[in-house]
Amino acid sequence: MVLLFNIIFQVTDAISFLLLSAIGLAVIFGMMKIINLAHGEFITVGAYGTVVTAKMGLPLPIAMACGVLVTVIFGFILERLIIRYIYGRPLDSVVATWGISLIVSQAFLIIFGPSTEGLKSPLGSFQVGDYSFSEYRILLIFVSFLILVLLYLLFMKSSFGTLARATIEKPVTSSALGVDVQKVYTITFCIGAGLAGLTGALYIPTMTAVPSLGQAFIVSAFVSVVTAGASPFVGLVPAAAFLGSFQTGITFFYHATIGLIGLLFAVIMIIRFLPSGFSGLIKRGR
Amino acid sequence: MKNILKYVLSSLFAVFMFAGVSQAADPIKLGILEDETGNFSIAVIPKIHAYELAVKELNEKGGVLGRQLKIIHYDTQSDNTRFQEFARRLIKKDKVDVIFGGFSSASREAIRPIMDKNEQLYFYNNQYEGGVCDSNVFVTGAVPEQQFSTLVTWMMEKYGKNVYTIAADYNFGQISAEWVRQIVKENGGTMVGEEFIPLSVSQFSQTIQKIQGAKPDVLMTLLVGAKQASFYEQQAAAGLGIPMATSVNVGQAYEHRRFKPPALENMYVTVNYIEEVHEVIKSGKFHDKSKDFVKRFRALYPNEPYINMEAANAYNAINLYALAVEKAGSTDMKKVRRALETGISFDGPSGVVRIDPKSHHGSHTIFLVHVDKGHVVKIPKIWENIEPYWLGEAGCDLSKKDDYSQYTPSNPPSN
Repeated sequence: MVLLFNIIFQVTDAISFLLLSAIGLAVIFGMMKIINLAHGEFITVGAYGTVVTAKMGLPLPIAMACGVLVTVIFGFILERLIIRYIYGRPLDSVVATWGISLIVSQAFLIIFGPSTEGLKSPLGSFQVGDYSFSEYRILLIFVSFLILVLLYLLFMKSSFGTLARATIEKPVTSSALGVDVQKVYTITFCIGAGLAGLTGALYIPTMTAVPSLGQAFIVSAFVSVVTAGASPFVGLVPAAAFLGSFQTGITFFYHATIGLIGLLFAVIMIIRFLPSGFSGLIKRGR
Repeated sequence: MKNILKYVLSSLFAVFMFAGVSQAADPIKLGILEDETGNFSIAVIPKIHAYELAVKELNEKGGVLGRQLKIIHYDTQSDNTRFQEFARRLIKKDKVDVIFGGFSSASREAIRPIMDKNEQLYFYNNQYEGGVCDSNVFVTGAVPEQQFSTLVTWMMEKYGKNVYTIAADYNFGQISAEWVRQIVKENGGTMVGEEFIPLSVSQFSQTIQKIQGAKPDVLMTLLVGAKQASFYEQQAAAGLGIPMATSVNVGQAYEHRRFKPPALENMYVTVNYIEEVHEVIKSGKFHDKSKDFVKRFRALYPNEPYINMEAANAYNAINLYALAVEKAGSTDMKKVRRALETGISFDGPSGVVRIDPKSHHGSHTIFLVHVDKGHVVKIPKIWENIEPYWLGEAGCDLSKKDDYSQYTPSNPPSN
């Protein structure tokens, strides 16, 4: 029983990390096809927004909301200044967003210094048998699945979602039908930025506040979105579930290094044998 | 015409004069390779400032051999490739007289072959896993016989004999863990677990559960870098509650100041210096030296977040080099090396550091630092003047025989 709970916790904890790493990227890369190498910096913006406002005395949930808001504004400015010129140019987006990433992380270093005092994990811990668990991490697991459900509903079921997907798929046709393409792009990009900010806001109480903190999420984010496939909101949960369980299993029997190697090996295998990712698999199954 | 000739001649003369003057006062060039940015910058920035402090003080006293000291610093960005690139540049292009630098052991091992190939005098000023027996390399940081022989034995006496190690997965963590393993065994203890963690890992739920499953009395945390530092907050949130011991935290990246308490509750560290020494020890020589050092440091860098042990090591390194140059009467690298091998010593921020002629490592006073629930620092024990004895006893004697290797307990010098 204790062992079962322990295993379930470890697996879902790993899955929720993959999911939350990927949510912002799922929109910006998965949907809009911008290879956003500044994804980590969006997360950093959300994290620092949360830390700064929490230090000003705001309660943590409101500080987190501020962190998300700051990232949305940050995303909006970037979209207006740079990103809107590189839609449909995926290779150029690599260079542009990499540059943004360097500038932003150095700006953080200059403004905030190499390290800021972080936040303490809220809530407490509880005991199951010999093991104790952080309640906040359990909460993160539920929050990650909840966000995925909301995202699925927003982009796959709502009229805005249909509009956004149609616009990104066929911008010229949409424009001819009277859609304000530019506006839809901007809003979608801001949603993606805000989600990345949310990742930072949610994880910062468990991490050290350093300008490079967002880079810890980059690998997980890209492997999740790539293995999720063309339709990220359908494929993300199965992709994260598969990768998370695989990595946890290997780490359980060996150690973290082999776990990480295993994760990347699994990604290679998925790309090789399931080139359209998990969402492709699901669509084929239907 | 005559006037023009006079003008030309006099200006030529002036040029020669100037060139002659600048020749005599040519500065001694100190190359510095440190990570001002990247994963290790938190711990390294105080070190860079300590080099600058030492150089400024020496220059104000008239320099060394009547020559001023000049720093040429490149930001190695916590990137081993940059280390190699800039090491070559310092040697070939800038033609420096000595190189100081390196934080991670991976970066030191990346440039050590370059130093050896060019017979470049090099100071590594960081605590590390020990064992470097290299003719061209001098080490002012603490080594395992100073940090682990003291710490692990003390922890096992106080808390129990079951030890669990988590370590960063590269040469530093692997070799340090080997030291811990050996000391635990020598003292009749048991390793109940060991895990090596890649530097890119920032999520530790699984590691925490594994530790709880093994029920150790003492947890050795040999974690490195900003990402792995997240372990402490996560273990506190999960209520792990096992006494922790390390050679790297607090004394380098001042986690006790950066993290919200109680992330580091009940953590023990062996350091050869930290800024709080004079605050915790209320009187005596350690109090006075540390207070004086901090005062001078803060006069130059009032906003320094923390003055760590590597800052003291960097400060000592420059001063040891200056003493050796004075003694050798030259900046010739071979002569300076021999001068450094005469048992030269410097009275630094935490007392005398003497260079062992056999291993090129420094002796240190080691402070056992305890961090409590509110992250208040105490010093329950001081070991004075611990020699870096292991390499010398194992057969490394650079004053007699050249060597260019790194040895470990399982791979000692063979002779």
